[in-house]
Order: sequence, then structure tokens, then C-alpha cells
Amino acid sequence: MTKHDLRGLTRRQLLSRSLSAAGALAVTGAGFIAAPNAAWAVEVTTITPEQMATLLQMARDIYPHDQVADRFYAVAVRGYDSEEQKDFVAEGVAALDAAAQAAGFDSYVAAGWEEDRVKLLQSIETTPFFQTIRAGLVTGLYNQKEVWPIFGYQGESFSEGGYIDRGFNDIDWL
Amino acid sequence: MVAKFDLNDDSVVVIIGTGAGGGVLANELAQKGVKVVALEAGGRYLPEDYVNDEWDSFAQLAWLDARTTSGSWRVAKDFAGLPAWIVKAVGGTTTHWAGASIRFQDHEWKALTTYGAVEGANLLDWPIDAAEMAPWYDKAETKLGVTRTGDRAGLPGNNNYLVFEKGAKALGYKEVHTGRMAINSSDYDGRMACQQTGFCFQGCKWGAKWSAAYTDIPAGEATGNLEVRERAHVARILHNEAGKVTGVEYFDAEGNLQMQKARIVCVAGNSFESPRLLLNSASSLFPDGLANSSGMVGKNYMRHTTGSVYAIFDKPVRMWRGTTMAGIIQDEARHDPSRGFVGGYELETLSLGLPFMAAFLNPGGWGRGFTTALDHYENMAGMWIVGEDMPQLQNGVTLSEAKDQFGLPVANVHFDDHPNDVAMRNHAYKQGMAVYEAVGATRAFPTPPYPSTHNLGTNRMSAEAKDGVCNKWGQTHDIANLFISDGSQFTTGAAENPTLTIVALAIRQADHIAREMSAGNI
Repeated sequence: MTKHDLRGLTRRQLLSRSLSAAGALAVTGAGFIAAPNAAWAVEVTTITPEQMATLLQMARDIYPHDQVADRFYAVAVRGYDSEEQKDFVAEGVAALDAAAQAAGFDSYVAAGWEEDRVKLLQSIETTPFFQTIRAGLVTGLYNQKEVWPIFGYQGESFSEGGYIDRGFNDIDWL
Repeated sequence: MVAKFDLNDDSVVVIIGTGAGGGVLANELAQKGVKVVALEAGGRYLPEDYVNDEWDSFAQLAWLDARTTSGSWRVAKDFAGLPAWIVKAVGGTTTHWAGASIRFQDHEWKALTTYGAVEGANLLDWPIDAAEMAPWYDKAETKLGVTRTGDRAGLPGNNNYLVFEKGAKALGYKEVHTGRMAINSSDYDGRMACQQTGFCFQGCKWGAKWSAAYTDIPAGEATGNLEVRERAHVARILHNEAGKVTGVEYFDAEGNLQMQKARIVCVAGNSFESPRLLLNSASSLFPDGLANSSGMVGKNYMRHTTGSVYAIFDKPVRMWRGTTMAGIIQDEARHDPSRGFVGGYELETLSLGLPFMAAFLNPGGWGRGFTTALDHYENMAGMWIVGEDMPQLQNGVTLSEAKDQFGLPVANVHFDDHPNDVAMRNHAYKQGMAVYEAVGATRAFPTPPYPSTHNLGTNRMSAEAKDGVCNKWGQTHDIANLFISDGSQFTTGAAENPTLTIVALAIRQADHIAREMSAGNI
């Protein structure tokens, strides 16, 4: 298994201004993609804002968790904004959009229903582009410590002395 | 004073690998006054070094050197370069193991006799039996401090266990408890009791779980008879014209090739590296590899019939809290062909953290079918299946065309399930899901096997030289001063987690080697 650890990348560009980040993604100008309510924004330097918006939508459609805000998905895919990944992303997004257009949509992100977008993703499921994005998300999304509390996962407990006095057997509904 | 032996000292026993087999053998020999050089491919990590974070720990401890895979097992598709989840470090996989320590059932030493010939399987009876092994199991249980043996109490049950136990009892299972575990339920042998911290797989930061890394290894070093060389990757075992082994060549921590002379060589690199080393040591005298006159080196690979069952409830379980594997149902471990397969299986509690659950629940899975399972991670309970799988001639280790960082051919691991394995796994999935449904599970997941942690059989023990690689002492049939000291000597796999048996065999082998050395036989 390849470990796609994206956590080492800078989060400087990720602006987090409020707690909620609902709503569609908006390309807000040159080199910038942001939530409509300005809850967060990602600056892109190498790939286009439209390509980043496509990667973000892919991330949400591959591992959809409605309680997990867009900014966590943005952290998981921001590593593709690099010189090494530029062509890979451009070609992959173009192929996905071509599949969308063949199905009658303007583009992948323009398909309004998740169900339609998932069908488009299924049509490219065996490609290295899809497989790389999906595999990278397994660590890129779920290995963010900030995501764990959303799922109730508590991470390490050694620093607090384990659970021996903190509920290792506190189940009360059996 | 830790010993330091000369490379030209041909009186030493060289042990390759320091896990449950090699680490224990090294200490046991050192305690008897035998001089030992243990060569360990990995580095040394102790409880203060262990990281309670699944991916960070994996990067620290896992064996990540190249391997290739083939065959119809799903691991070859989902984790093509990672057929095993084992450890490269002093202490080997005893840092990672969950601690389950159960003896073989008496009949499992006689698989061929008990089950009869099974088509497509290469079954064989062990050349040893339950009566022979009983005193060695006693010693192993004492060494490891196994709960529910001797006067040691069981561990308390955590949330994951309490769900499992209630479901098991509702189904009518009788042999249900928190396991016989090499995890202290109270202070033992200078190590403290379990603090229910979780992360047993990542190395126990309390030292409550037995690991050779901080028990047998330092105990052996304290005798002055054991030198452990870390980051020493053995390339080849050497022999003379008489066909006796004379030493080993290894790459040291700086990547320089060294040669250590030896009176005896013991191979304990786990079931992929041990046969790989014997095959990579081929010479004009032994063109098929060392100790391979039977053709059985690398054959008959077993990995246990495994799989997991996770289930979601309408209320929280928080399965990650507490000991990872302290819970067992043993009722299905019996041999009862009326279930549609020979041999049996154990069901044991298991939990993964969120990051590993995402990686292993359904590898390659995506979309809402997958994510709605993870959405209820907090309400999830889990168990692991471990059952006897069939040895098959074509399953095993061959030399790959791929090379490692030293230019040596890596192990290719081939595995196909036997129909008996499939029937057993499907039965276990059904029973496991029934356990959770009996407590009100709203959804259950028959999760496929992970990369293997139980790797067995690739240098198997046999009464007759034509059937296997080593005799009942782990001594190779072909070369009297070459021993197999890890799980690769297993003739069959039985239904039980293998570490206790590997440790018992290592204690017994140390006794034999010391006796034979004294007698001047080797």
C-alpha cells in the first residue's frame, strides 16, 4: 500500500473563517477557489481553479460524509496543486469532463445530482486518475486528526492514562 | 555487559531474526551459556518510542521492503506490494501482535489423521503431539504471563467485548471469555498491568503486553552471551564442501557486506523471508536452495482463514477503547465436518481506529455504501476470524524478478484459497453477523482478510525428509547445523493464533540445540 500522506503540505492557504462551510464551491477569481459564504478558500498556483473545484467535488463524491465540511476535503486534495501533478490532473479532469459531456452535462461539476456524478465516476473507475485520487483520500481525508472527532474517534489515550478509569467498559444499553 | 563477538568467531550460534521465534531462542540459548549473534534487519524501538497513531506507527514498525504477490486472494489486488502486515524491528512482530495466546487443540497436531486426505490440500501430521508440547506450553505461558493460565486472572472486558459476549451467549455459545492473553491483568515479571489504552497493534507503551523487544532480548543481553546487531540484513547463508553451514553474509547498517562465521545458523525471519533466504542461498552444491532436497522450501504457505465482521448499532460502542483483542468465542474451533469444512475457527474481538478502518473495511470501496458505514464508526463493534487453512503446494514463496535495495531477489507470495477455506470463512461470516444481530445490530459487514500477520508453513516440519524441510526439532533434514526457528516450521496452522506455539517451539529448540552442542553432535 502506498502512503499518500498529504499532511506535510502547508495549510497556510487554507483560510478558515467560520464554522460552517455548506454550499457549492465557487471559483472566485484568478487562482482562488472559495465557499460562497467565505467559510474557507484555497489558493491554487499551478492547476486551474476549475481543476481544483473538480478534485474537490470528486473527493466529496468518492467519500461523501455530509457532516464533514469542505475544508477537510480541500486539505485532502490540495497536494495535487503541484508542478509534478499538473499534467496528471489536467488530463484526468479533461477525461472526466468529456465523459460528462457525452452524457449531456456541461461538465462533471455541472451535473447537479450526486447520483449522476457517481455514474460518471464509475465510468472512469479503473483509470489511474480515479484510483490515485481515491487511494490518496484514504489517508488524505481520514488521517486528519481534526476529522476524527466528527466520527467520534478519540485517537490516542496514552497521554491521559488510557481508558482504565475513563470508560473502557461504560456501555450502558446492552 | 552486552557481548561483542568477532566476525571470525566460528563458535557462535547465529540467529536471523529476533521475533517470537528468534528473539526467544536467542535469550534461551544465552541463558544456557551459549554464545549468540542475533542479526535483525530492523532497528530497535522500545515503549517510549512507540507511536499511538496508526499510520505513523505503521511507517515506524512495518516491514515495507519490496515484495510481490500473485494468486486469486484479494490481498494481491488491494495490497499488491504488502502481502503481510508484520514488523521489521528488534522483537519482530511481537511488538505488533495482539497478545492472544492459545494452545493448539490436541487433534490439530494430527491434521491428516483427523481430517483424512483433503483434495487439493497437502495435509500432514506434525511429528510432535500435544503430550510432547504440554511442558513447553507451560514454560511459554509462564514466560509470557498468559492470563487465565497458572494463577493469572483474565483481563476485564471492554465495550467491544461486552457487545460480543452478549451476542455470543444469546446464540448459545458457551466458551466465551476475555481470552488467554499475553497482556498483564496485574503486574507481572516487572511489567505493569494493562491500562486499557488501545493501540495494542502499535506497540504497548506501558509494556503490559509481552514483546521480545523489552523482555527476552534485554534478558539475553544481560547474560553477556548475546549480541544483537540491528539493521543487519542477511543476504546469504554460506556452507562448506561437506554441506555444513559455516556463516552468513549480511549488509550492515551502513550497507556494507559483512560475513559472520557460525557453528550453527537458525533462521527466524518469518514465513516469507526465511524461505527467501534459503532460496537466495542456492549454490552449486545446493542448486535449489539450502535444505531443499524435498522441494518444500517456500511451499505450503498458510495464512489462517481470516476475515472480520464489523457491525453497527443504534447506540455507541466505542470499540477502540481498551485492549484490542481481549475477547474470544471458542465453540467453533472444534473439528466438525457437518458444518461443511474440516478444522475450526476462533472468533476474537478486534478494533481498528478510524484511519485503518477506512483502509481495511472494504479496500477499494467508495461511495455512500462505504461512507455510511464509517459515519457510524462510534457505534461499531468488531471481531476477527482466525481459522485453520489448508496447506497447498502451490501457495508460497518463490523468488521474484523484482530486487530489493541490496539487489537481492524479493519474495513473491502466491496464494489461492482452498474450497475448505472459503466454506469456513463463509460459515464464520454468518456466525459472526448472527452474534451481532442477536444484540440488535442494524447493519453488518463481512470484511475481507487484511494483509497477513499469521504467516506459516513455508519450511515445514515433517517426520520424513521427503515431506518437509525440518525435523521435529526444527533442524533441517539436509543440514544438521541449520535450524528453522519461526512459524515457517509449522506443519499445519491449527485454528489458534500462532505466537504461543512459536515461543514454545523456540524454548524447546534451545534445549535441544544446547544439548546437542554439549554432546558434540553439532
